[in-house]
Amino acid sequence: MTGEPAPTLVIGIGNPSRGDDALGPLLLKGLASLALPGVELLEDYQLQVEFLLDLDGRARVVFVDASVAGDAPFRFSPAGPLPDASYTSHALAPEAVLAAYARHFGRPPPPAWTLGIRAYGFELGDDLSPEAAANLAAAQEFLTGWLVRQRAP
Amino acid sequence: MTLQLETAPHPETLRRVAIEPISRVEGHGKVTLLIDEDNHVRQARLHIVEFRGFEKFVQGRPFWEIPVMVQRLCGICPVSHHLAASKAMDQIVGVDHLTPTAEKLRRLMHYGQILQSHALHFFHLSSPDLLFGFGSEVARRNIVGVAAAHPDVAKQGVLLRKYGQEVIRVTAGKRVHGTSSVPGGVNKNLSSEERDHLLKDIYPIIAWSREAVALARRLFEQDLERYNSFGRFDAHSLCLIRADGAMDLYHGGLRARTVDGKTLFDHENYDHYWEHIHEEVKSWSYMKFPFFRELGPEAGWYRVGPLTRVSQCDFIPTPFADHERRDFLAFDGGNAAGATLGYHWARMIEMLHAAEMIKELLHDDDLLGQDLLVTGERRERGVGMIEAPRGTLIHHYRVDENDLVVRANLIVSTTHNNQAMNEAIRRVASQYLDGQTLTEGLLNHIEVAVRAFDPCLSCATHALGKMPLELELLGPDGALLDRLGTAP
Repeated sequence: MTGEPAPTLVIGIGNPSRGDDALGPLLLKGLASLALPGVELLEDYQLQVEFLLDLDGRARVVFVDASVAGDAPFRFSPAGPLPDASYTSHALAPEAVLAAYARHFGRPPPPAWTLGIRAYGFELGDDLSPEAAANLAAAQEFLTGWLVRQRAP
Repeated sequence: MTLQLETAPHPETLRRVAIEPISRVEGHGKVTLLIDEDNHVRQARLHIVEFRGFEKFVQGRPFWEIPVMVQRLCGICPVSHHLAASKAMDQIVGVDHLTPTAEKLRRLMHYGQILQSHALHFFHLSSPDLLFGFGSEVARRNIVGVAAAHPDVAKQGVLLRKYGQEVIRVTAGKRVHGTSSVPGGVNKNLSSEERDHLLKDIYPIIAWSREAVALARRLFEQDLERYNSFGRFDAHSLCLIRADGAMDLYHGGLRARTVDGKTLFDHENYDHYWEHIHEEVKSWSYMKFPFFRELGPEAGWYRVGPLTRVSQCDFIPTPFADHERRDFLAFDGGNAAGATLGYHWARMIEMLHAAEMIKELLHDDDLLGQDLLVTGERRERGVGMIEAPRGTLIHHYRVDENDLVVRANLIVSTTHNNQAMNEAIRRVASQYLDGQTLTEGLLNHIEVAVRAFDPCLSCATHALGKMPLELELLGPDGALLDRLGTAP
């Protein structure tokens, strides 16, 4: 509510009770146990337009989500504002949130990346699939190293 | 109250147009149109790809876990499920009346949910259609397009939604997966710091909500004929109502009225809702079709949500919103109150009411009280009902002697509106598509009609790469004839 925001924001998206959709929240849970300094973690079911307010004042932002179309075990890519037409009310793309940020504040959003972890099933009540669990471990190791390197001089 | 265009006589001879999924609708839906060789619409159906696994999801779980678990049914209105389940579990623990602190905290959370949900729908899902026109260029018809053309509207939408989320965070204890509402009450009160934090922004929130009502009215006035007639149909109505006839979105008795204004039942205890509300299954849809038992499945379907609540209550117990309600009902001889697009205006009146209620509650010291929980004699069955942003929401549970849920039945707002939404798309198909060469802009008219109801298809699944907007034109043999729109 007050004070300077942490320079790095990691947003984990997904529903923990829908199988591999839990990948985002689970990765955040792993990061939380490391308590990396300067890193704030934010979890939600899906991105919505008000997330643009959470991006303000950050040096970097990472969006972590389950991916049904990307490479296994994960894909880490830079993201920029993209006012695309792929809006649904339950899922704004990270690029769309960045575009909304630029419109709202009248300046470019902070540098951002997406970490899409390959997922396979999304049924309510299902556990994480073994394949997704393996992808999560690889993504967790990668992102931890990446976050630590951002702090190196 | 007809079912015209529900089923075509010889569907095998007709061309099939599928709009799948409905964009900017919670979850996934599909509309199919059957068109003859002269482009006349012969059949129009909204299919909800609804997951019916709710009941199984909660079976075998301890009852006290349910108010937290059910939030995972839906990422858009988790608070509504949290509170409806809590109300049902109040009955399971034998509690009919909460402490003032507990009830007011739950109400505050609920009005935060109403505010943020209605703001999302109006400013981000519907405003692209309403501000640019239903058939406008698809690339423009999204919230970024709105932000470019109407920056103040877009900014207010963001801040209204954020404020509602903040009310939820403070009252629920967390931004998501809140845990504060428990069987018999709540497990945390509000600190004076939290109250002051919310109070400092409430006055601009009320002011912006009033502007939003004015904007909704202006849109109606600017295109009066279209707004009055677009997808218009008559329907019976169902909502909760306070004992004195006031709008009450948290608790009340059931009020049902017929198309001609006759009261079917009023102030009815919802504990026995099944004596009035039955559900019909249709072979072509996964989602059931509720109806009033008194009128039967053919004629007994009804409409729920903001339009019903604003038009059927006797008054709204906050001054600005009640003033707007009276204007709404009087507008153009009462036409707006029966129009499908009247949902937008009514929704903004409710958003204003929610903002006023939040202000009122934040000035009530009961929120800071310490008396949070009540206990009673354990019961086997519990029914919780609430007016969620989209309409009446029912949670019904049976719990065994080991405290485990053995049966659950949920009727969500979108299910109540199933037949009404189908009726709306049939009207729009007849009004705008019949005999026309189909274009993306024309097909969007169908989506505009569906979106007016703000349906939530109970799907909280979201993943990168799962956000396509596809409009496919298929031949009778299923072959793809044409594709409209884009997919990422």
